[in-house]
Amino acid sequence: MTQYLNLFTSVRAVGPAHMGVPLPARDAPRFGNRPAHVGLFAKLGMAQVGPIYLGTLGVASIFFGTVAFMIIGFNMLASVGWDPVQFVRQLFWLSLDPPAPKYGLGLAPLNEGGWWNITGLFLTISVLLWWLRMYTRARALGLGTHVAWAFAAALWLFFVLGLIRPVLMGSWSEAVPFGIFSHLDWTAAFSIRYGNLFYNPFHALSIAFLYGSTLLFAMHGATILAVSRFGGDRELEQIVDRGTASERAALFWRWTMGFNATMESVHRWAWWFAILCPLTGGIGILLTGTVVDNWYLWAVQHGVAPPYPPVFGTVIDPATLPGAKP
Amino acid sequence: MSALSRFLSFAAALAASLLLSACERPPIDSVQTGYRGTGMVQVYNPRTVADQIPANQPLAAQPAASPEGPRAKDVYKNLQVLGDLSVGELTRHMAAITAWVSPKEGCAYCHNLTNLADDSKYTKVVARRMVQMTQNINSKWKTHVAGTGVTCYTCHRGEPVPQQLWFGPVAQPEAPYFIGNRNGQNAPARTVGLASLPNDPFTPYLKKTSDIRIAGPTALPTGHEASIQQTEGTYGLMIHMSNSLGVNCTYCHNTRSFGNWDESSPQRTTAWHGLRMVGEINNNYLEPLTSTFPATRRGPTGDVAKANCATCHQGAYKPLYGAAMAKDHPELLAPAAGAAPPAASAATATLPAPVAEALRSVLYFDVGSAALAQSQSTGMSKVIASLAATPGAKATISGYHSAAGTLAQNQELAKQRAFSVRDALLAAGVAESRVVLSKPQQTEANVSGEDPSARRVEVTVK
Repeated sequence: MTQYLNLFTSVRAVGPAHMGVPLPARDAPRFGNRPAHVGLFAKLGMAQVGPIYLGTLGVASIFFGTVAFMIIGFNMLASVGWDPVQFVRQLFWLSLDPPAPKYGLGLAPLNEGGWWNITGLFLTISVLLWWLRMYTRARALGLGTHVAWAFAAALWLFFVLGLIRPVLMGSWSEAVPFGIFSHLDWTAAFSIRYGNLFYNPFHALSIAFLYGSTLLFAMHGATILAVSRFGGDRELEQIVDRGTASERAALFWRWTMGFNATMESVHRWAWWFAILCPLTGGIGILLTGTVVDNWYLWAVQHGVAPPYPPVFGTVIDPATLPGAKP
Repeated sequence: MSALSRFLSFAAALAASLLLSACERPPIDSVQTGYRGTGMVQVYNPRTVADQIPANQPLAAQPAASPEGPRAKDVYKNLQVLGDLSVGELTRHMAAITAWVSPKEGCAYCHNLTNLADDSKYTKVVARRMVQMTQNINSKWKTHVAGTGVTCYTCHRGEPVPQQLWFGPVAQPEAPYFIGNRNGQNAPARTVGLASLPNDPFTPYLKKTSDIRIAGPTALPTGHEASIQQTEGTYGLMIHMSNSLGVNCTYCHNTRSFGNWDESSPQRTTAWHGLRMVGEINNNYLEPLTSTFPATRRGPTGDVAKANCATCHQGAYKPLYGAAMAKDHPELLAPAAGAAPPAASAATATLPAPVAEALRSVLYFDVGSAALAQSQSTGMSKVIASLAATPGAKATISGYHSAAGTLAQNQELAKQRAFSVRDALLAAGVAESRVVLSKPQQTEANVSGEDPSARRVEVTVK
């Protein structure tokens, strides 16, 4: 019983290294032709490391990503007077901020947001190239492109936050800063400015898919671990050739919740839940400020936010009283 | 268990304890303040509160002095404030200031002991202005300090320099030309509770009058422009207020919409006036003293020390938990002689004299105002005396409002007026359990809204 509760992989198959399928003639060769076997990696995944394929897209993506990463890092380091100790101590607070509202969508001086624009451009190029790499690598292996499209869903949210919505709002200042605490503060400020994102129905959907994904992940992982003693970990075979593991797992869920997924459908559920999380979230962000200015008032108007009995009596905005100074 | 597993378990335990080290240990007290299920709760760490209590105790009042005898202004030279006190009262007041501000340094902190009239010490010039400031706060800003009022001790707490002050921000020391701009934020600043928010939440709101209101006023966009950066500024100031008062956001705001006044608590109104009061303190009283202070007392950019919410509150929801020290010093409650703004005195002059009977008092208010004018509050003296004479008696307070205007606003105003009267009674030493607030009442419809008798609060002793 205890082996199923273990965090680490309990079975490690040792065999000759797998060198991968042959590549098409126009592809760059893989490197690392003598793969290493790392025992520690086998605790969580597979022991074999390499061979690795980078190719033109991979190299270009890593180059642009590294440039963006370095611009952020050097701005942070410069902001503490090039002191490496302070850089580490204050790292969570440091940030590269977008231009101030007065610059709109225009070019800001380097030190007043220009670096942020350059970083955004390089990061955009980098993630798009990485998406292309994912797509072509899946095709090269003869796979479906599900992973690439799932990544595209994440990129949708990323572009809405940093590119599409700021352009629609006419100001780069609406975008997210590059920094650990600063992007969290941005999130809170964004919700405060636009009247509480809690009342944004797409935000609510996004959270439902986020929590739903974790729930499905836990249910599926637990089910497969629980029936692996009957061969349930051979999921793909069991999609078409249901064995006793599948039967038992299905019966378990019918008993406990009256309905069950199949060995195939559970993966479709999980995939759609996962990609709908950023897709709906991106829609919610995109509508904020462009279409809706105050989500609470919107929710009151549409009967989403219920009225509560007044507890404090009537409190009047003092600025509306006669003779009030602003 | 292998060595690796042991190591990983240890690392996990260490990481967990590091993560939790920034948290406060239970138990934490929570007090529901609003409608059930709306998350309107105040959260207190009882250990933090226990630590604060000793630091927020009022000082005992000085023994009373005789109001008889010649006026101080006729006896002392160069006495520009408090001159209407008797010599005995002025001496008592000076003793109180010494206990409040410079108990260790004594009279010589401000005075040249060989010539008390000498203005050569900057501290004396500052102290004189601070007396005027205190009188102004207590008479003009009752919307914030109510009848409780403030004294020097509210901020000073026995120290010549109040502990909680602020100076303008210092420019980023590295002064980078083209890289590394911190944008006035993104540093762990205590002013904003160690968030990455703008480090100086004071200059824009407590000195200048930047707009605090950032949330959209309508459901759909109607041209309201407030950037995320502005929002972060407001957010930083709110963190300062929350820290200064030791309260959550929900002390003033409702959980559903920070901007919405309808569901806010009445404390938000008090805070609204407080922000304007601090602005006046900084701009009218402290800023003009900049050149009076020696360089050592000024900030890194040479600016004068300024006040914020923490200067008085010092972590308590009311300074000194609402203890009324000023009631023992009526000279601090009155506006500075000859310095009262003419508009206010003119408006007060139009009010009828208060009804001052032993068992009934009627007090009148200015249009739209819930502030109890000094001339009106004297009308309660007989009521207070009878309450003191009959310990079983209770005072019932009823606010009246005119039929003009919206009902909700009028009722609120009547309630606030009743609160002003209640605060004045409490400040005069009447126990809270002996004060009964009755519902706001509308005056007869035939009384016009312009009739001052419509804007009244009645106190009856039963």
